[in-house]
Amino acid sequence: MSSRLALRAGLISLLLFLLFIGTWSVATRPVEATDHGADAEYAALMGKGVDKASGFPPPAKVGEAFVTYLSDPFYDNGPNDKGIGIQLGHSLIRVGIGFLLAVAVALPLGFAIGMSPLLFQAFNPFIQILKPISPLAWMPLALYSLKDSDISGIFVIFICSLWPMLINTAFGVASVRKDWINVARTLEVGPLRKAFQVILPAAAPTILTGMRISMGIAWLVIVAAEMLVGGTGIGYFVWNEWNNLALPNVIFAVAMIGLVGMILDQCFGVLQKLVTYRE
Amino acid sequence: MTTHFLSIEGLKKAYPGAHPPVFQDIHFGIDKGEFVCIIGHSGCGKTTILNVLAGLEDATAGGVIMDGREVSGPSLDRGVVFQNHALMPWMSVLANVAFAVKSRWPDWSKAKIAEHSTRYLEMVGLGHAIDKKPAELSGGMKQRVGIARAFAIEPKMLLLDEPFGALDALTRGTIQDELLKIVQATHQTVFMITHDVDEAILLADKVILMSNGPLAKIAEIVEITMPRDRTRADMHHDPQFYRIRNHLVDFLVNRSKNYAGSDTTVLHDPKHPPVVRPGLLEEEAPAGASFRQAPQLKQVVNH
Repeated sequence: MSSRLALRAGLISLLLFLLFIGTWSVATRPVEATDHGADAEYAALMGKGVDKASGFPPPAKVGEAFVTYLSDPFYDNGPNDKGIGIQLGHSLIRVGIGFLLAVAVALPLGFAIGMSPLLFQAFNPFIQILKPISPLAWMPLALYSLKDSDISGIFVIFICSLWPMLINTAFGVASVRKDWINVARTLEVGPLRKAFQVILPAAAPTILTGMRISMGIAWLVIVAAEMLVGGTGIGYFVWNEWNNLALPNVIFAVAMIGLVGMILDQCFGVLQKLVTYRE
Repeated sequence: MTTHFLSIEGLKKAYPGAHPPVFQDIHFGIDKGEFVCIIGHSGCGKTTILNVLAGLEDATAGGVIMDGREVSGPSLDRGVVFQNHALMPWMSVLANVAFAVKSRWPDWSKAKIAEHSTRYLEMVGLGHAIDKKPAELSGGMKQRVGIARAFAIEPKMLLLDEPFGALDALTRGTIQDELLKIVQATHQTVFMITHDVDEAILLADKVILMSNGPLAKIAEIVEITMPRDRTRADMHHDPQFYRIRNHLVDFLVNRSKNYAGSDTTVLHDPKHPPVVRPGLLEEEAPAGASFRQAPQLKQVVNH
């Protein structure tokens, strides 16, 4: 049953994709030069030739970009010409480091805040004010105080991943069922064993949800951050290709960003499934 | 003065604010190997008393002494079976029990812990389900795991907070039988909250009746004088059964409401709540038996 449903859904997805590509190619088909009485040579000089270079690229051009970049993803011809794999790798490393730093801070702090109503109330105003700040707003401060564009990028990822994880960890820990805590108490379970064997597994689904949200935000932010700091990374690649007016490459990069973001999200989805329990 | 295994002295619970205390001046004792049930309407503080015994909650005044030592805080000496089983859903059935066993005997090897836990799970008839997750079990099976977990740590005393309240009547019956068998075999000291009069008669040696809260108190202590080897199948053939049952139901329906009435205060000594044996006819009652309240054998006050 479900496999037939999947098959039908897949067919519709394929149709939607073809429809999209079709509309795209129709909308960007080469415009015939209209006869203004001038000759074709003049029209070409005016940029109104048959093969309009400045128009939005048709699917075929973008397809070419896919083939070129994916056939050799890891080449490195100096600062402004690296393979897409290398650019994505740089972005992923930044996201990974920033995210792990955020985990290292958010999990213990969230645990403490979740366990203690006092700390929760004390931290809450800061969290509420800091949470809605766009992570990129920190960039000037980071650049000034850290004096390194690479580290500043990591810092921005750190700061944007921190809040969802912190809030979810605190919430998950605070809402562990009282019964389970009481079981641990009547069994005289030590604080460390209680934290790792009762509270952590009980709060793990909520914590993982926070991590998944954080990772999603981090992947959104890294592109913008790299456009600002430049140098390497997928965000820089997009900006560089825009400066080259190479729209097919930009579209290719956009698709890659979506693809990698999806894979990251799926990874966390799998992790989430692993720690989720049925009551 | 007291020779009870567990004695509760002058227990009182009041919540902040101007409300009258939920209960006060609660005195009773439980002997080793005794099965004591407590019955009373909601709001009389039964669960609070149990939580104080478990060490999970503090009383406003008074104290609990078990085996010569004051109860302060939870302890492995008192196993608790929670109302809604409180199994950890991410652990298998075996792991749930093993978690408790490991807490009791931290030095035991993994194999020994597993072997011990399995033995107790087999005792409640769940030997086949040890690798399942609680979510895969029925309500009755989950509650059995809870019981196995409490028994597995071999506590000096077992506290049960309406363990069968959430179960359907058929399942409740089978688990009651199992509990009865285990308790008879292990001579476990048990304190149990229940709403079910038949359950109390089946399981208990003594039933503590509480009047309604606030200002709840122990109205009387009913001794179940039927032979200890009673079973669910034939206990209602015993002539004592209906006498006891009527007495308990009558208390719950009529007398528990106005027990705090003025005429009782004269006769009621909270330190020695009247002990009654409604199961025995007056002439059968052994003269000068070991009661503290010898003259008040049957009906005590304001009936």
